[in-house]
Amino acid sequence: MTYATSLVCRECGNETPLDPVNACDFCFGPMEVTYDYDAMRGVVTRESISAGPRSIWRYEALLPVDPEHRIDLQVGFTPLLRADNLARELGMRELWIKNDTMNPTWSFKDRVVAVASSRARQFGFETLACASTGNLANSVAAHAARGGMRAVVFIPHDLEAGKVLGSAIYDPTIISVNGSYDDVNRLCSELADARHWAFVNINVRPYYAEGSRTLGYEVAEQLGWRKPDQCIVPMASGALFTKIYKGMSELADLGLIDDSPVRMYGAQAQGCSPIATAWQAGTTNIRPVKPSTIAKSLAIGNPADGYYALKVMEESGGGAVAVSDPEIVASMKLLAETEGVFAETAGGVTLASLRKGLADGLIDREASTVIFITGGGLKTTDAIANEITKPIEIEGSLQSFEEAFAAAGG
Amino acid sequence: MASKRVRFTFEGERVGQPLIYRLGQEFALVSNIRMADVEHDFGWVVLELEGEADEIQRGIDWMQAEGVRVDPIVGDVVEG
Repeated sequence: MTYATSLVCRECGNETPLDPVNACDFCFGPMEVTYDYDAMRGVVTRESISAGPRSIWRYEALLPVDPEHRIDLQVGFTPLLRADNLARELGMRELWIKNDTMNPTWSFKDRVVAVASSRARQFGFETLACASTGNLANSVAAHAARGGMRAVVFIPHDLEAGKVLGSAIYDPTIISVNGSYDDVNRLCSELADARHWAFVNINVRPYYAEGSRTLGYEVAEQLGWRKPDQCIVPMASGALFTKIYKGMSELADLGLIDDSPVRMYGAQAQGCSPIATAWQAGTTNIRPVKPSTIAKSLAIGNPADGYYALKVMEESGGGAVAVSDPEIVASMKLLAETEGVFAETAGGVTLASLRKGLADGLIDREASTVIFITGGGLKTTDAIANEITKPIEIEGSLQSFEEAFAAAGG
Repeated sequence: MASKRVRFTFEGERVGQPLIYRLGQEFALVSNIRMADVEHDFGWVVLELEGEADEIQRGIDWMQAEGVRVDPIVGDVVEG
């Protein structure tokens, strides 16, 4: 059962029932789900969690959904890989990869959409909607299909056909908006008011964001019920970054892990780094930018949770790093070549930020470190198509093979 | 009557200009500020605009023409 009790405004503390609203009526600040932690103590234990399913639903008490409304695609409980090859390459003592490419639609968005879609069904919505250029739309369409809901997906008109395919297979209604990104943003925020649809990151955003906390829970559990010393997390809106930190903090509050410090480092591409830029400037005022980077899944120029991400950096003693597109590609290759993990561009951002943070002395190479790889590489093959090893072409004879193989260095 | 919740972002010299006052003078709109943070050369204001729907849109178009960024209060909703 869920222990979710209400929504609370993150700005003014105004408390409301668990309704499909994303903004406080008083100050228009963002709403966040809160839980009855006192009632959980002693009931939610390491043993009760371990006895649950191998998915995010093992943390059902900490998710704002009643079990009978779940849309279950077996999301989450993805591998946490000890990355000794990569650690050796980087001169680190203890490095782990949280491999969220292993989700049903190959990205961490399945965590947030699993929770948002399930809660939407609990509210009685029959239509799931989102505006997306890729991962989010894939997951919304898949969850709607699984849950017997209708999906409506909004995309910018100039989105490549290949990006649409990963959603189209689930047969959602796809609306191609002839306008700029800002036009799509505006249209969808207006539609969320006008239609009785669950826009996963608008009117049910408080529930959507909760799904990301499961990454924090899983890492702590998979490390043997402890926090790492530091985390490197990609940032788009900044919500994932704050929720991983919150997830680990909640487990400590419940007495399930020690309350040791964990430094949180955010990773962004230089072509869209409003949060990292603010951190480096020492301000909490985020200046919106026009994204221009190959890391399109992180291309949010006006991040809703940027302020809160900066607060987490400050509180945890972490920071932020921004990296160039060539650094992103080089790190996608390094991750694949050393550990066999094929990440999308966001994964390249994360690893490149770790490397830059190590080089700059910002990140401690002796500390226990987790990097979060949030999406699979087959989603962004364009970024690396010209950077990867080409086949050795031969005739169908042993002689041709031996000559070509030797010429290539054997 | 309609209402709309928006976030205005001001940069540079626009920070010092009375643009929200003029919005209320030149259009039949009531603005109700809920949150704001203004620094020397940058600032944002979250507010609700009340008026006829067409007038709200005209007012927003005017603010944008004045160089003010106007966003939904939820930030970017197009995600990767």
